[in-house]
Amino acid sequence: MTPAPRRWLGRAVLAGGLAAAVAVPWSVDAYTTSLFARTLVLGLVGVSVALLTGLAGLPTLGQTGPYAAGAYTSALVAMHVSSVGVVQVLAGALAGALFALLTVPLVVYARGVVVLMITLAIGELTVTAASRWSSVTGGTDGLAGIPAIRPVWGMDPLASDRARYLYTLVVVGVVIAAMVMLLRTPAGLLLRASRDDEARTRASGHRVTGYLAVTFVGAGAVAGVAGSLLITAQQYVSPADFGFDVSALLLLGVVIGGAASIGGAIVGTALVVAVRDWLSGLLPGYAPLLLGGLFVLTAYLFPRGVAGFSTDLANLVRSRSRGRTGPGDRPGTGIQGRPSRGEPVAAAHVSSGERR
Amino acid sequence: MMVQSARLLGPVDPYLIPALDGVAYGLLLFVAASGLVFCFGVANILNLAHGLLYAIGAYLAAAVLDGGWGSLLLALGVGTLAAAGAGGLLAGLLAPVARRDHLTQALLTFGVALGGGALLVTAFGPDSLPVRIPAALDRSVELAGHRYAAYRLVFIGVAAVIAVLLWLAVARTRAGMLVRAAVDDADMVACLGVNPARIRLGVLGAAGALAGAAGVLGAPIIGPAPTTGDTVLLLSLVVVVLGGLGSVQGTLLAALAVGEIQSLGVALAPTAAPFLLFAAMALVLAVRARGLPGRFLRLRPGSTP
Repeated sequence: MTPAPRRWLGRAVLAGGLAAAVAVPWSVDAYTTSLFARTLVLGLVGVSVALLTGLAGLPTLGQTGPYAAGAYTSALVAMHVSSVGVVQVLAGALAGALFALLTVPLVVYARGVVVLMITLAIGELTVTAASRWSSVTGGTDGLAGIPAIRPVWGMDPLASDRARYLYTLVVVGVVIAAMVMLLRTPAGLLLRASRDDEARTRASGHRVTGYLAVTFVGAGAVAGVAGSLLITAQQYVSPADFGFDVSALLLLGVVIGGAASIGGAIVGTALVVAVRDWLSGLLPGYAPLLLGGLFVLTAYLFPRGVAGFSTDLANLVRSRSRGRTGPGDRPGTGIQGRPSRGEPVAAAHVSSGERR
Repeated sequence: MMVQSARLLGPVDPYLIPALDGVAYGLLLFVAASGLVFCFGVANILNLAHGLLYAIGAYLAAAVLDGGWGSLLLALGVGTLAAAGAGGLLAGLLAPVARRDHLTQALLTFGVALGGGALLVTAFGPDSLPVRIPAALDRSVELAGHRYAAYRLVFIGVAAVIAVLLWLAVARTRAGMLVRAAVDDADMVACLGVNPARIRLGVLGAAGALAGAAGVLGAPIIGPAPTTGDTVLLLSLVVVVLGGLGSVQGTLLAALAVGEIQSLGVALAPTAAPFLLFAAMALVLAVRARGLPGRFLRLRPGSTP
């Protein structure tokens, strides 16, 4: 397929998806609408995971950290300061960014599986803190009785699930549009260059660690916004919203969606959440089994590694930035980008031949 | 008697039992986590289904144990074999994706963990199960003026024997030599003509056997419940990170440290202890990622900043 029809196809899919998303609250009941709102929220956290995992090459299990920081901050703001949505979203974003800023020294010097484990530790610490610091977070009971939100000053509080869903949809749409526009600038290109060949990008005089730090803080802000939306969609928050299972599902949803693709992250996360929440209603008890099967199938069905979806994108970037011809259909250019020392022979050989 | 020993031990006395509990807990974690260390160090597999292997052992222990010695031996045999078989199955499942990145392996093994956990819950029910240890061990003994569960004392002894055997196997046998060689340079071992698929099968089978044995023996300590798999996996990951991949001794020290943090730490500093575990893990990893002290965990990709 040539680029132009593909672009049109992409736009058609995007328009169709948006239309379907707007039509949701008029076609299903209130409970399902609220489930959709929560799915959107997790989709936004998934987008921040994809930003780090796929685009920055930092696979993460810890985005529940800034997500939780944003959620609790927004809940406290909603209860004690202001019921205005703009204020809550900004507070959530700020809290998420601040959380990421505090943890950034732990993360940006590491790569690959080490990042996975550091972020896992950060996520676990966050859950522990959330369930221990009862005076602020309500402990394991969580925070309930959060007042209804008014999107901007002067509006009536949102009383229905439909209104809350549409509010969530608008905020998620705005954040994702802003992210996509940012990633189309040279900054986005530099980020991909850092992921695909860190040594060369460094050698060209770029501060890779600095870019990664900024991306990490940005992803923290996005997760913080998602936390704020969780408060709106769910009107309740507890440490159970940020456990290891949530981080793992997010990462795997993003991987299913193609790791480096923002649209894929939403679709993948939605798919995983749908299997978890909706199929468990239809087939009680079988949701984990189906989810497990889904993961196993995904691992087998992507012949070019789980980042296969984004290979075309990577090729495009590569041919533009280096003038290289031919598709880069090789192992080792997956999410980690850089091969680790213990990797099997063939992958290590190909990678070292091509990229060092 | 009680007063006497309390005077003898002075301020240490109230912490004696938590410290001993920490040793039992740490040795349990050692047996459970050493399999994960082998998976990662030798076969370079991030096995997120490791907790499932322990859970298989623990559930089988709950099903088989009836309070007699024979049932304990039977449970140990059945649990070890079943978990080793599950490990071998996992090796077979992993074979087609062996050359892919860690995330693919994580996806696959986490899928297996979720599915397997669901099957265990379907088979054994959603509640945590009681475990009936042999009647002779189901009592407490006098220890420096305190009552202490006899089973835990025996467990400490058995686990210590397992640790010594494991160390001997790694340090003295041919298989152990291969293990050490593969940790040092997996590519070179493959070049020398050792089939990576067989190493994978052997390592995952052995990891399963260790985790299964830990599950059977440790069922009275970390019992069978739907969350068992996650708990053991997370604690084992901490042990892997703190202990590194290089040696049995490192794993043992890390496991004991984690055990003491979990029991003695909670007794000494109730507010700080829950954070200590993962904070230590994050710090150790971050320090290593910056390339400070040398011969640690080899998780780091080749590029140097």
